[in-house]
Amino acid sequence: MSKKESHKKVTIKAFRFNAETDYLPYYKQYEMEVGQDELILDLLNKIKWEHDGSFSYRRSCRHGICGACGIKVNGKPVLACKQNAMELLELFNDELVFDPQSRKRVVKDMIIDKKDFWDKREAIKPFVVADIPTHPEQESNISQAEVENFLDADYCIECGGCHYACPVVEVNEEFFGPAAFVSAYRFSIDPRDEAGKERLELTAQSGQGVWDCVKCFECAEACPKDINPIEKITKLHNMQFEQKVAVSNIATRHAEGFVRSIKKYGFLDEANIVIYSEGYLGMYKHIGTAMKMMKAGKIHWYSSLPVFNGVPKSKNLSEIQKLIKISQTNKL
Amino acid sequence: MSKLHYALFTGCTAKQSTPELLSSTLAVAEKLGIEITILEEASCCGASHLQDFDEFLAHVLNARNICYAEKLGLTMITICNTCQLNSAMTKHALDTNPELKSKVNEKLAEVGLEYKGTSEIKHFLYTLIDEYGLDNIKEKVEVPLSKFNIAPFYGCHNIRPSELHGKNNGKENSYNPTSLDELINALEGNPVDYASKNKCCGFHVELQANHTSEVLAGNALLDALDNNADMVVTPCPLCHLKMDTYQDSIGNVMGRDIELPVLHMPQMVALALGCTEQEIGLKYHVTKVNL
Repeated sequence: MSKKESHKKVTIKAFRFNAETDYLPYYKQYEMEVGQDELILDLLNKIKWEHDGSFSYRRSCRHGICGACGIKVNGKPVLACKQNAMELLELFNDELVFDPQSRKRVVKDMIIDKKDFWDKREAIKPFVVADIPTHPEQESNISQAEVENFLDADYCIECGGCHYACPVVEVNEEFFGPAAFVSAYRFSIDPRDEAGKERLELTAQSGQGVWDCVKCFECAEACPKDINPIEKITKLHNMQFEQKVAVSNIATRHAEGFVRSIKKYGFLDEANIVIYSEGYLGMYKHIGTAMKMMKAGKIHWYSSLPVFNGVPKSKNLSEIQKLIKISQTNKL
Repeated sequence: MSKLHYALFTGCTAKQSTPELLSSTLAVAEKLGIEITILEEASCCGASHLQDFDEFLAHVLNARNICYAEKLGLTMITICNTCQLNSAMTKHALDTNPELKSKVNEKLAEVGLEYKGTSEIKHFLYTLIDEYGLDNIKEKVEVPLSKFNIAPFYGCHNIRPSELHGKNNGKENSYNPTSLDELINALEGNPVDYASKNKCCGFHVELQANHTSEVLAGNALLDALDNNADMVVTPCPLCHLKMDTYQDSIGNVMGRDIELPVLHMPQMVALALGCTEQEIGLKYHVTKVNL
């Protein structure tokens, strides 16, 4: 598409479903003219105002601050009032498909039930927990540097974009999700707050906590306010070790095991990291896979035995060992 | 075209459980006349786990790896998406944060090294496309892949965060990546269009959240199968390991039999360039590849 084009006639496909009357969802097509400066929200309005008044979506502030109008366009999470439509027409070769943030939570068309999002947010106490008198005589001031520690975590508008972009949230109902982790970080590093340890303990638990993050970076990509949630997830991991909340389990041993391996070989000892993380008793789960990998020549029965030198060693290994000795900051 | 020369950061996987990745990479480079110097001094990149335990240490070790590419005055190329991400994240952190850079350099000085920031870091996929050129690859095709429907699986760490990769690593839009599709076309194969091509394979939680891992890999494999793929191709050996090695258990979780070969990107190129069976190394796959 040429950038000079000021208008374009396109067909938009939109997800339609009414939980009260429809048995199955369906897509419906709408033809419309799109102008250079129009937003996805303008297109949603056109569907409702010019084609079908029953089409439903959330909208409110139109200024990218209330977080109500989050949807997905061709799988890309957008804030409808912030996203230029022409940009997306160009990216997706003039074919746009509007979906709700999460199809399985749809109430009507673009409107979803965000209960899981709010419940998870509430569970991590997204506020400063402090025992202060009802009529304090002084303000609880914090320094500029302490505010800067929040990074950009304060800019979250709770649109749910990252939460419903997260593939773990789709698969594992317990998982807090990136938005809740951003809040957990934000309030746990606030010097006025007293619930930091409690939040770190919550986010350290397997299933719901940060250790179930798959590191796909979908959350960083999704955020309309350019907050980088996975950066805060990494901070929470680090804080668990720094504040001695981390306990030895399969996930923490897996992370720490890299240091052990690198110290020994420079490279990762692929077989040993599994044994070290799982413990010998946990290895029964991997026997089937290990046998298949051996059969294909991917691993060898002697892989992890030092006598056979199964693991490759980095050249100048002593440098690596020295750097670990002088740079390591955390312990398990 | 002057001869291309790169410093190769192999990563751990290519030296252990996926020897076929290293041999096919070297074979492709040789066929195309690209010179490769392997960074034998390099250590593990931390695989997106080490920084959770100790972020500073991860930066120090990655910076050391980059130092060796800088010493050679070469671009550092990677053949693993996660190596690419971790190395590039360290480079970005040090290049934009002088205080961190000097802290890291204080440690590196103890072993006689200094991180300067002079070497670029790029995945082999993107050096093939951006620097060698698809048209030049097209000319070298000896065995067109025209009978195969090939499902490109991009792998998270080469396309997200786009802010990081947008500088010099492919510059893909993570919601509509195109590089692998274009490469498949250049080799005369038929790229399969399917929604999961830019999704996560679940590798990184294989141990601690096995169910999540199996379902994510299963979603992608079944999506490719349902769109008539004969094989999947990926630039990331971790995606390869998850999707090739665990197909039986993934099938059990998904309730469907899955049998779909998963090739490394350089293996696919090596096939089309007529490299030897030994170099392509299909025998190392758990899910057998019948060509």
